[in-house]
Amino acid sequence: MSVLVYIDHTDGEIKKSSLEAASYGAQLASQLGVAAHGLVLGTLNADLPALGKQGLQKVHQVKNDSLNQFDPGQQAAMVAEAVTNLGATVVVVSNNVTGKALGPRLSARLKAGLVAGAVALPDTSNGFVVKKAVFSGKAFAQIAVSSPIKIIALTPNAFSVTNGDGSAEVADINLTVPAAKIKVTGTNKIKGQIPLSEAELVVSGGRGLKGPENWGMIEELADLLGAATACSRPVADSHWRPHHEHVGQTGGAVAPNLYFAVGISGAIQHLAGVNRSKVIVVINKDPEAPFFKAADYGIVGDAFEVMPKIIDSVKKLKGK
Amino acid sequence: MKILVCISKTPDTTAKIAFTDNNTKFATEGVQWIINPYDEWYALVRAIELKEKDPTTVLHLVNVGGSENDAIIRKALALGGDEAIRVNLESQDSFTIASQIAQVAKDGGYDLVFTGKETIDYNGSSIGGMVAELLDWPYVSLATKLELNGSNASLTREIEGGEETVEASLPLVVSAQKGMAEQRIPNMKGIMGARTKPLKVGEPVAVEALTSIAGFELPPAKAGVKLVPADNPEELVRLLHEEAKVI
Ligand SMILES: Cc1cc2nc3c(=O)[nH]c(=O)nc-3n(C[C@H](O)[C@H](O)[C@H](O)COP(=O)(O)OP(=O)(O)OC[C@H]3O[C@@H](n4cnc5c(N)ncnc54)[C@H](O)[C@@H]3O)c2cc1C
Repeated sequence: MSVLVYIDHTDGEIKKSSLEAASYGAQLASQLGVAAHGLVLGTLNADLPALGKQGLQKVHQVKNDSLNQFDPGQQAAMVAEAVTNLGATVVVVSNNVTGKALGPRLSARLKAGLVAGAVALPDTSNGFVVKKAVFSGKAFAQIAVSSPIKIIALTPNAFSVTNGDGSAEVADINLTVPAAKIKVTGTNKIKGQIPLSEAELVVSGGRGLKGPENWGMIEELADLLGAATACSRPVADSHWRPHHEHVGQTGGAVAPNLYFAVGISGAIQHLAGVNRSKVIVVINKDPEAPFFKAADYGIVGDAFEVMPKIIDSVKKLKGK
Repeated sequence: MKILVCISKTPDTTAKIAFTDNNTKFATEGVQWIINPYDEWYALVRAIELKEKDPTTVLHLVNVGGSENDAIIRKALALGGDEAIRVNLESQDSFTIASQIAQVAKDGGYDLVFTGKETIDYNGSSIGGMVAELLDWPYVSLATKLELNGSNASLTREIEGGEETVEASLPLVVSAQKGMAEQRIPNMKGIMGARTKPLKVGEPVAVEALTSIAGFELPPAKAGVKLVPADNPEELVRLLHEEAKVI
């Protein structure tokens, strides 16, 4: 018996969300008294034995470059075969873009119950019950999984990466590689920017900023903090900012350590995408803006006056 | 070309989220229901656009649920689509729902199945992938663009920090999100026409659920906002650094 963690990677590196999944999987394995294994499909530069730091004992790898192009059908078949060969009873994936495609396929293939978007370790005192966010972060549900094999898709940034001093054994695993049915023809990554879904800090702007020409202060603050940038829906709809920055009920959902909102009213649909942030800061000139009710810190003031001072102060803090 | 669009019914985005029966059931009293925005704005509208381009396209909608879902299905038909199929099953978990949709897709000989990227109530992002696996079709999730060229599809899908262009051949399952299409408002003709479009009721296939909801809870209330005077923004930076320790 074991917990098997699917290790997702990009550009030769393990994704941070997979280090979280590995840490989660290892803690779950010790809770269940079973081994913690990892599975890597494809090739990378990262130091795989270092996954021992997150608590994995063994990492199985299929070294095949073609697997770096993601086809969820092909990979689900391979993970399923590994689950059977290794006798895994729980599979952990990150609920990131990869996991959202892989998890459900694997679930249907193995007839294994899926918890998509877990936020905590399972309660195994009576069955197998996992907490996940529902109603776009406005509530949580306890999901009881009744199938013999369980699949947990862990919400990014919901579980901390552990850093012990173990080292994992790395071994090749022989799995059938089915033909890929999806062909990747191009990749377009925004260079030098932190992906919103992986960001620990997010600086976000709303319609209160009046126009795209005023985004300099949002970008400057984000740059100083090492934060990603986001925006409200009307901002993306008006093409002031790219669509992938849109957060909220109908955009992306984020749960960073800090969500810094400037000139955003805090409509319920916006809050739905950001309400799991650990600390929320709101800069808004209207004291009645609903966002203040969901905030931890706030300034009632004009962003155009307040932001330059905040930027200066952060520069001092960072010694720049 | 035969397209099937999955339509889910969800509470309105402003609905009050509360629970009854010892926190085991969502409190539906006074809740307005809508078509899941991702299904409506992106999946359905893109399917309608494809039919507008090629009028020989057959466009069907599918929903799994009881007759209380019919109003939402008619609303979707007011936007477009030739007919709808409702599989008469109280939804249990994603797997039971996906199994019904896969059966409808198989029986109907569809070439393309669309879902929204997730529902705004259970946020599962699961149906599309499960349907694809049950049918053994390729799956492109979180897609922001789709063009058809005969039996080939060119798509753009989200990856962390960017996007990727991919190609797949039909039959195919796609989950759609922002970028795929623009929201449309149904017109009078659509609303009138929807009343007479066929809404077929199908019987479910027997499948066992893999998960169940043991209970709900609401997040702890926020302690309240700490306001910093506008003439002293430096204090905010100090608090974030020393008190909240996030920067
Ligand atoms: C079904 C549905 C889904 C939706 N999904 C989303 C979603 O996913 N994400 C989303 O964001 N929205 C969503 N919305 C829209 C949402 O209801 C709001 O309309 C939107 O979030 C408002 O964006 P905003 O706060 O940027 O703009 P506004 O509501 O116009 O607010 C601008 C704010 O800026 C403040 N302001 C103005 N000038 C200044 C200044 N100089 N300094 C400081 N503050 C200033 C104002 O006081 C105001 O509070 C959805 C709506 C619906 C109906």
